[in-house]
Amino acid sequence: MSVVLRGGRIIDSQGERLLDVELGEDGRIAAVGTGLSGDVNLDASGCVVSPGFVDLHAHLREPGLEEAETIQTGARGGSLGGYTALVAMPNTDPTTDCVAVVEQVRALGRRSTCEIIPTAAMTLRRDGVDMAPMGELVDNGVGIFTDDGTGLQDPRLMRRIMEYSTGLGRRLGRPVVLAQHCEVAALSAGGYMHEGEWSSRLGIPGQPAEAEELMVMRDIALVRMTGAHLHFQHLSTASSVAMVRGAKAAGLPVTAEATTHHFTLTDAACASYDPVFKVHPPLRTDVDVRAIREGLADGTIDAIATDHAPHAPHMKELPFDQAPPGMLGLETAFALALGDSGLDLPEVLALLSWRPAAIAGVADRHGAPVVPGAPANLCVVDPDETWTVSGAAMASLSSNTPYEGRTMRGRVRHTIRAGVPVVVDGEARR
Amino acid sequence: MSVATDRRTDDLRGRHLLGIDGMDRSDLEEILDLTDTFAEIGRRPIPKVPALRGRTVATVFFEGSTRTRMSFEAAARRLSADTVAFDAGTSSLSKGESIRDTVEVVASYGADLLVVRHSMAGTAHRVAGWTDLSVVNAGDGCHEHPTQALLDCYTLRERRGSLDGMRIAIVGDIRHSRVARSNVLAFTAMGAEVVLVAPATLLPPAIGGWPVTIAHELDPILADLDAIYLLRIQSERITEGLIPSLREYALDFCLTPARLARMRADALVLHPGPTNRGVEISAEAAADGRSVILDQVVNGVSVRMAVLFLLLGSGRQLGAVDAGGSVEGDR
Repeated sequence: MSVVLRGGRIIDSQGERLLDVELGEDGRIAAVGTGLSGDVNLDASGCVVSPGFVDLHAHLREPGLEEAETIQTGARGGSLGGYTALVAMPNTDPTTDCVAVVEQVRALGRRSTCEIIPTAAMTLRRDGVDMAPMGELVDNGVGIFTDDGTGLQDPRLMRRIMEYSTGLGRRLGRPVVLAQHCEVAALSAGGYMHEGEWSSRLGIPGQPAEAEELMVMRDIALVRMTGAHLHFQHLSTASSVAMVRGAKAAGLPVTAEATTHHFTLTDAACASYDPVFKVHPPLRTDVDVRAIREGLADGTIDAIATDHAPHAPHMKELPFDQAPPGMLGLETAFALALGDSGLDLPEVLALLSWRPAAIAGVADRHGAPVVPGAPANLCVVDPDETWTVSGAAMASLSSNTPYEGRTMRGRVRHTIRAGVPVVVDGEARR
Repeated sequence: MSVATDRRTDDLRGRHLLGIDGMDRSDLEEILDLTDTFAEIGRRPIPKVPALRGRTVATVFFEGSTRTRMSFEAAARRLSADTVAFDAGTSSLSKGESIRDTVEVVASYGADLLVVRHSMAGTAHRVAGWTDLSVVNAGDGCHEHPTQALLDCYTLRERRGSLDGMRIAIVGDIRHSRVARSNVLAFTAMGAEVVLVAPATLLPPAIGGWPVTIAHELDPILADLDAIYLLRIQSERITEGLIPSLREYALDFCLTPARLARMRADALVLHPGPTNRGVEISAEAAADGRSVILDQVVNGVSVRMAVLFLLLGSGRQLGAVDAGGSVEGDR
């Protein structure tokens, strides 16, 4: 049964063209051309056909916290958001710090609608003390290591992990990526939002921007020392962006992501005292939001990520200090990137698709140009459709979106994973 | 008078006192004027009126407090309201019950109004969003303690007739003080000038926009003050590295007899209690004729009577939920 995406405008890393796309039964693109017709024709008129999105930062909660999300439901939300690949964070329970858990995540992923790319923790149990078996994990296909949720505090151990990782690149076939959640815990401890005018007024203890910036600064120095590839997760402050810009100008092997919430929301949102706005790193100021957008525009920041972090409703009905940090992101990312980043559509797609695909090491199958023979991991987006955010209506088992009730412009119409339409007309098929 | 955005103001229910933020001078004066009436009741041989007979006031304290709870309970009883008490220390909270569950359970005991205290800022605001009952914030973390500010204003007004033009120093751990945040708003709304006096580590990190002046030394300003408001210093501040020792704090900021001697003869000394004698205030200063610390305690009951009466008996709205919090905060 052949499927054709008809009447859309293709935008990929090679540019733009008005062509139909035929999906082959082998999961690859069979043909690209005009006037194509298949057994099933999906309307793409007025829409853009893009390589599928790749999220470098998703918490899928499985194994361990299946009350909040499973790989299946997270992937379904991802598909609805136009994603065909999700990089799964290792703060599972048990921690993804060994081959067994990596294989479990991967096996669950194979039954889902996205490719699930497991990361592994840099240290056992993400304790920041003992290095995980990185060589064995690399031999089992893990290319990204992170203790996400916390930064790796000990500079000596971080140096060793960076050095060690440089010796594993040949076995992986590309440089190993170390992804850092930059936060000096001693400086952020006891803080639940950005430290500034709003935290002072609201009486919520804050964590200063410098808690992030000191680790960005440290890690840039250690990259200079070791040559390891460091990926900065969820940059949130203006100075962090400036430091990464400088590191890139100096030719250091660093990459960076920013989340949708860090360029759309500020710490003022915490005035509601609703922990749906509690997130790490915290929502910052207008100045920081502008700096993130500038970093996205000038290439300092390589990718838009979600830091999709589902939490069951009762976990967000706690006092601000006790509620866990994090917010949903997969189903709102495209609209926010299109509507709030200040970037045009081709740039938005680059930041959501082929640039993160390269960092994740999956550029051969995600984010690839839409040409015959390429893997058919695609999404079809309508840049003009408006819709209203409803956490309850999302595929996630959780509903902690900070955009509840907001009207968005730009929606994913169809998503194709390995040649199979998994989202059709905005509805999940699986 | 600002109004909570998501509540039905035409209904007798859904009316709260969550903070001084959002109240203007006339709101505060309405409560203070009514307090005069209830203060008079407190001086009667039988200090009790049937104003809230049949109503139930629940004190829901997730953080320990004896004085504030007793003050609210005394106020409720003088108005003939019934009281029920929830105490986190001995409750199902220690068995993992959520705050929202607790609130729903307390409400189901027939409470008409919840007096809520919690160690985290904003919890009273959250509770107000979960229930149709009236909520009075009896202290939320480092944020606000509105009835304390009201009783402090009442005490100052009782002695001076008006706060207009008064120069009031608030001294001590401003950073962690809900009393300071509420009083900065209340004192300035009532026409006073406020100086915050503290080591730099005990000030909030960013207060450029606050209507106050800042001083890091007490001695140079003592002689100019109409009132000095001393805050409690907790010993945790030393382990947190905010001050070197209570001794050093006392050397710089304790209201000693020597410092009191340099203050005006008609200056007033306030403290929200309980005091740490020898740390922020000496025993002599606390017992001095200029000290109104016990007046504050007495007035606390009268002010809380006025607040309970306004919320349960009169159908009026007090203050507002913070109007901030737009999702599109950067626009």
